[in-house]
Amino acid sequence: MKIVKLVWKNMMRHKLRAALTVLGIAIAVTAFGMLRTVVTAWNVGVEASAANRLITRDAVSFIFTLPLSYKDQIARVPGVEDVTFANWFGGVYIDKNQFFARLAVPGDNYIDVYPECIVPPEQLAVFKKERNSCIIGSQIAERYNLKLGDIMPVDGDIYPGKWEFVVRGIYTPKDKVTDPSNMFFHWEYLNERMKDQSPGRANQVGWYVIKVKNPAEAASISQKVDALFENSPAETKTETERAFQQDFLASVGAILTAMNVISFVIVGIILLVLGNTMIMSARERTQEYAVLKTLGFTGWHIVGLIGGESLLIACLGGGLGLAGTFPLVAGFAAVMPKGWFPVFQVETITLILGVSSAVLVGILSSIFPIQRAISTRIVDGLRQVG
Amino acid sequence: MAADRRTMIEITNVSKSYRRDSLEIPVLHSVSLVVPEGEFLALMGPSGSGKTTLLNLIAGIDRPTSGNVIVNGVDIGMMNESTLARWRSSNVGFIFQFYNLLPVLTAYENVELPLLLTSLKKKGRREHVEAALRLVGLGDRMSHYPKQLSGGQEQRVAIARAIVTDPTIIVADEPTGDLDRVSAGEIMALLEQLNAEYKKTIVMVTHDPRAAEKAHTVMHLEKGELSA
Repeated sequence: MKIVKLVWKNMMRHKLRAALTVLGIAIAVTAFGMLRTVVTAWNVGVEASAANRLITRDAVSFIFTLPLSYKDQIARVPGVEDVTFANWFGGVYIDKNQFFARLAVPGDNYIDVYPECIVPPEQLAVFKKERNSCIIGSQIAERYNLKLGDIMPVDGDIYPGKWEFVVRGIYTPKDKVTDPSNMFFHWEYLNERMKDQSPGRANQVGWYVIKVKNPAEAASISQKVDALFENSPAETKTETERAFQQDFLASVGAILTAMNVISFVIVGIILLVLGNTMIMSARERTQEYAVLKTLGFTGWHIVGLIGGESLLIACLGGGLGLAGTFPLVAGFAAVMPKGWFPVFQVETITLILGVSSAVLVGILSSIFPIQRAISTRIVDGLRQVG
Repeated sequence: MAADRRTMIEITNVSKSYRRDSLEIPVLHSVSLVVPEGEFLALMGPSGSGKTTLLNLIAGIDRPTSGNVIVNGVDIGMMNESTLARWRSSNVGFIFQFYNLLPVLTAYENVELPLLLTSLKKKGRREHVEAALRLVGLGDRMSHYPKQLSGGQEQRVAIARAIVTDPTIIVADEPTGDLDRVSAGEIMALLEQLNAEYKKTIVMVTHDPRAAEKAHTVMHLEKGELSA
């Protein structure tokens, strides 16, 4: 027999109590994993931001557009390698609850500025030639079973009317933080219709995307770009893509903060659950620890027995909880309206945090009962009635 | 006859008092005692007279307030906790009134416990445990849990646990106190055997005159003072 066996037998002494504690920890860790996954999913845009891209938008609000004429002026700023832009199109494709981003972009260079969206060269070449063509993400192609050459009819809302796009390209994301659920179509196609139907909205773009040669110059380039349009009817605000994404997230910042706090409150609850179990167990075994010490077992052996049991329960609960997180996240992703979170999966950092939390809880929960068991004198322990 | 034998336990002017809140409760007053090797000593006395306290001091599970406790030539009062724990594991076998077996372990595993602190491999431990359990007549009950054994059998497992490391002395705190007459007789016969055949020095606290009769020497404690 080894000490480990005694740890196991001690844990199994009250099977129901051990099972309920493990289950409690498992549920809490699953909830922790789920919340962390949601928070991570919200932040995925920030993670995907490139250091060499700046976003220029209207200084007052994101919802106001900027003149197309700014493009050439921005392109002349020293340090700017390329300039592209996008308009948020909105619209409804099949089901208004199945959201995905639809962006009107310049056909000639937008994909070049976003190399993380990998489009086969022959598809990109066809896309560039056809004004009513579009490129869709692999997730959209899969979700709607779309193939090259298929027509995508979209009901416009921001830009009213019936719109039809021909799928000429399907991009695949370079990494898991790249959104695989975008649709890009020709800004020129949109602009032509605006010229006819709503001339006041023609030659307007939503925001500019600036590719800089040296990311270290991002701040000075931003200042130079904004200086160009000072005191104009449409002043600009230029910032790094990461800052832009963070600004966007700030609108739901309170919710994310609350979710973050709740996820760590859950860790606290696990600590209390396991701490309570360990304190009860150690108190019941005060006499046994005294007997063990009489036989020659040292304080470190007691640390091993109590700490080992606490860690074992915490790790079993943590492992079970993390294992449960995967189907829960998958289930949530299945019932959630498509497009809410383009990337919704259990991240490695979530697993690391879950395991670390379980181990930390296991250690912390055992401190008080260990201290109590060690500091109790043998003669006092032997007198204790369990 | 005692004069021919080496001194196993030497207690000199030992006093012990406990503190309960602000109260100082004296238990032993300047007790001195010499126990030769191979002795079977019974300590008797009324409740609260300090018998168990004296036994605990000899076993190294408590420390005197003043005085010296020398066991097998070693002043155990000078040892730190971890050294004392190691000393206990190799020198003292302890038998409790209520057996104090771990309920989640079988008889075999309970007896094996003290050997986990030694360098013995699994095979060596097995040999020792089986020999100890056979000696106490429980060779056929090794896989039984304490709740599957009678009180007398549990105490025999506790005796096997006490002797499995081949300790120098055995201390027994009312080993028959929780047993019926027949079982008590069996336990006392076992202790006599350990003393006579295996030359173990035994110090036993008891209220039971029949148990005390088996000892070579009986000493009485009254209000913390020792008398022959």
